[in-house]
Amino acid sequence: MSVEVRIPTILRTYTGGEKAVQADGATLSALIDDLEAKNPGIKDRLVDNGDLRRFVNIYVNDEDVRFLGGLEASLSDGDQVVVLPAVAGGAA
Amino acid sequence: MLTLDQATYDAIVAHAKRDHPDEACGIVAGPEGSDRPTRLVEMVNAAGSPTFYEFDSTELLDLYKQMWANDEEPVVVYHSHTATEAYPSRTDIGLASEPNAHYVLVSTREHGNNDGPVEFRSFRIVDGEVTEEEVVVVPELSPAG
Repeated sequence: MSVEVRIPTILRTYTGGEKAVQADGATLSALIDDLEAKNPGIKDRLVDNGDLRRFVNIYVNDEDVRFLGGLEASLSDGDQVVVLPAVAGGAA
Repeated sequence: MLTLDQATYDAIVAHAKRDHPDEACGIVAGPEGSDRPTRLVEMVNAAGSPTFYEFDSTELLDLYKQMWANDEEPVVVYHSHTATEAYPSRTDIGLASEPNAHYVLVSTREHGNNDGPVEFRSFRIVDGEVTEEEVVVVPELSPAG
């Protein structure tokens, strides 16, 4: 199975500049491991201590994975995954 | 250097004043690679806070899908500070995730919701490095190309 993963500008240093890459995995967690195997270093930008990073949003078919079980979210062939860093900040 | 048209500048300032004392946030999109901020998109501050801003995750995805469909990118990412100077905080620097964007900060600490000048400054934030740049406001952006 194969899933298209859309990569944000700031992480394209890991994908040789590619805006989208293909990866495999029955769950988001497995997908990220496959991404890491093909694009070393990227996992650390997505996952921290076994959890999705607070300020990285990942969507499966337009749904925020936080509502789909997070790293355990299941994936099917042809799914579309989008990675978008949060746009956030502030004086605090 | 950031070159902005007067109407967009005014709209960013108005948004910051309207949302004071909470932080206001948004982007100005433009054609990819053009460095021309042409389309202002005010975003809701999902944090609804005087010291923090965050785009709602669903609205964030909608925004980026629109930009991808239009071959646009965020040329400007703006937000306000409502009690402190218009300079990136450590949080701003740590969370800056658009290396190609101009990060605009507006401080409403002087006049709040009322008329009066604001601090309006622009920065590049890349790999934790902050570089201030000149802001040039023009009546209208010159034609593309």
